[in-house]
Amino acid sequence: MKSRIVLDVSKLPLHGMGNASLTWWGTCAFMLIEGSGFALAIAVYFYLMSMAPEWPINAPAPDLWAGTWLTILLVASVIPNILVSSWAGKSDLRKVRIGLVVMSLMGILPLALRIFEFPALHILWDQNAYGSITWVLLGLHTTHILTDLIDTLVLACLMFSKHADNPRRYGDVEDNALYWNFVVVAWLPIYACIYWVPRL
Amino acid sequence: MTGVDRISPDVLDLDLQDAEVERHLSRTWGTSPGFWGAIATVDHKVIARRYIATAFVFLILGGLLALAMRLQLARPESRLIDPDRYNQIFTMHGTNMMFLFAVPVMGAMAIYLVPLMVGTRNVAFPRLNAFSYWIFLIGGSLLWLSFALDAAPDVGWFAYVPLSGPQYSPGKRTDLWAQMITFTEVSALAIAIEVVVTVFKQRAPGMSLDRIPVLVWAMVVMSFQVIMAMPSIMFASTTLILDRLVGTQFYNPAEGGDALLWQHLFWFFGHPEVYIIFLPAVGMVSSMLPTFVGRPIFGYLALVMALITTGILSFGLWVHHMFVVGLPRMGESFFTASSMAIAVPAGIQIFCWLATLWLGRPVFRVPLLFIIGFIVTFVMGGMTGVMVASVPFDTQVHDTYFVVAHFHYVLVGGAVFPLLGAIYYWFPKMTGRMMSETLGRWAFGLIFVGFHLTFFPMHILGLQGMPRRIYTYQPELPWSGLNLFISISSLILALGFLVFFVDVLRSWRHGLPAGPNPWGASTLEWATPSPPPPYNFLRIPVVQDRNPLRPEDKELPVAAGLRVDRRELLVTSVVEALPEARESSPQNSIWPFWAALATSFMLVWSIFSPWAVVWGAIPVAVALIAWFWPKGTPEDEA
Repeated sequence: MKSRIVLDVSKLPLHGMGNASLTWWGTCAFMLIEGSGFALAIAVYFYLMSMAPEWPINAPAPDLWAGTWLTILLVASVIPNILVSSWAGKSDLRKVRIGLVVMSLMGILPLALRIFEFPALHILWDQNAYGSITWVLLGLHTTHILTDLIDTLVLACLMFSKHADNPRRYGDVEDNALYWNFVVVAWLPIYACIYWVPRL
Repeated sequence: MTGVDRISPDVLDLDLQDAEVERHLSRTWGTSPGFWGAIATVDHKVIARRYIATAFVFLILGGLLALAMRLQLARPESRLIDPDRYNQIFTMHGTNMMFLFAVPVMGAMAIYLVPLMVGTRNVAFPRLNAFSYWIFLIGGSLLWLSFALDAAPDVGWFAYVPLSGPQYSPGKRTDLWAQMITFTEVSALAIAIEVVVTVFKQRAPGMSLDRIPVLVWAMVVMSFQVIMAMPSIMFASTTLILDRLVGTQFYNPAEGGDALLWQHLFWFFGHPEVYIIFLPAVGMVSSMLPTFVGRPIFGYLALVMALITTGILSFGLWVHHMFVVGLPRMGESFFTASSMAIAVPAGIQIFCWLATLWLGRPVFRVPLLFIIGFIVTFVMGGMTGVMVASVPFDTQVHDTYFVVAHFHYVLVGGAVFPLLGAIYYWFPKMTGRMMSETLGRWAFGLIFVGFHLTFFPMHILGLQGMPRRIYTYQPELPWSGLNLFISISSLILALGFLVFFVDVLRSWRHGLPAGPNPWGASTLEWATPSPPPPYNFLRIPVVQDRNPLRPEDKELPVAAGLRVDRRELLVTSVVEALPEARESSPQNSIWPFWAALATSFMLVWSIFSPWAVVWGAIPVAVALIAWFWPKGTPEDEA
């Protein structure tokens, strides 16, 4: 079939930012998958709780300090995270570099605190179903932090390389920041389940 | 691709003649020859063809298992297959047909057709697409390898605990099943993301939401169902492995766990799964039908709304698989109502198709025969569906051959018939050659008649009380006559499939040349040669109507102004499909293959040791970093 040119797209940008970017949508889809996963894990938590005559089963409620400090830290990390994202939006390479180093630390510190959270549960995963679901919730979120930390570290290296000054990279930084916000938001209901529901 | 003889980035396709554009695009988008070129390709058409071929190989294998079961059940007290092997066979048949054939083949049709139907040059995230295929291939092969080694899962395709738990299923059979689930879910999730983003952001300019082909809508709804439902089965299969490997207590009632939790998690996925298979099939019907009746589809809006409604309702039905486990009466009533409610959108679609047929002038080519076979068979399956939605009736026939008959009617009638029609319909596009009309009629006739003769009597067997999944039965039970009849009929069905496969192989080599649009269809995949070139469209089409290819049109309106020295496509807005950017599309890469190998290694190892997740993750991370690290290609420019 013959074709007739009716539209000239040569003036369009070579990469879309924000929701014109494919990776932004991909990141959202991944968040939807993981969000469904977390919602389901929390539903399982309440399901098992509804089955149990007492909750927690044969264990005291978890100690609060490690988990609460981690929560404070995660919530606080949102501020530098938003800053990095806005610097990336302005293509400010120097600030983005500093911001990514800060955000790498913001990924490592919670992992350090997480080490103290597991013993604070006062139960092992194989003792009963309460132990199993709490360990799985905590384990899932640890994986979540870990994957985003690796992502941030790789991105930080990339931003110190010759590939850095590129709208595509700034878009990656924004998407990574979006994902970190999700890591933080996903934690809040899990924190409430693990630490406060047993105290109800 | 080297940069040596590249054209300057400043030269756009606007400045070039068609022949020159073609030459440059072929080089930019092509797949390199040789083994590593084949491994590294990210062309959605190549990957989808592999996916479809692999899924059909699994269909043949699963069909052979079904024949083995029919051979065993043909007479009472048969000793051909021992009970253990029989358990493996029915578990493999169900698992294989659902996870390795039906879901992947629908996803594969999506990744072949969606980019062509929305007028773009590749799926979004083409490397993820390659990764998805390798994961699927490795996962499926593993399951069949375990069967060859007499170590296949033997707990049924839904692997209920406590039977599948550590106490009653020692060994690794169940772990293989559970981990195979993970493989197929990862590959399905990858496809879902690609489809959603491709449809949302890569539609041809002008293809606003109300101009999207119905099949593409169906694939979008299916993808969202995958995204919402698959996490449930991944959670279930992972916790089952944890119970078996490290002693968690999720499904152990003695330690606060719950066996029904498994059923809830499984069916929260398992029921949408039925619609994950069914919605693409009805999308195919809605997209093929207009071509054979010579008029646009009746009730476009109603059809799209029905698809979306079905997608949402499908999440509210799962408990109807659990009516006999003793749930509260109120809950059962709710799920009876919702199960009956989903018949409404299904009915709307059927009436729209009937209206389309009624108002048009049907030309009874092979795809239309399969569509009519589908409507008849699916309506029958839908009727028994409404029957088993009622708790008292379901209690009577639960776990009998009545249910076996019902779900084969909805799955084979509802999905395989449209799929076979779709193969006849799109085969010319995929290969450039027509399939045989004569053999196609034989295939349809044998499959349709063979199917009904095989599965209809199962309703009666079920009402007579024959339970499913028994490896034999006693001669004094009144089942032997019908069982023999069914076994003989299944040979007719198998013969029909044989004719179909012979036709595929024959036409692949010797079929008549198809040309770009052999059926006179109106969707965009027919606006490009058959088979389509690696870049799909020489120039991206501009859409001005719901049916972009009208017979009276002599020219295709297109957009120009894209680079030809790098893989470039158009990103458009979600609602109106207004052009937003000239985005690059990733080049071929070997890394998705290595990442899939590393992931498979980790997943298989983790059946044996929890430490696999720690150490096995390192090669996965390395492969992923290599995959994403920029290589300084023109695709990285912005």
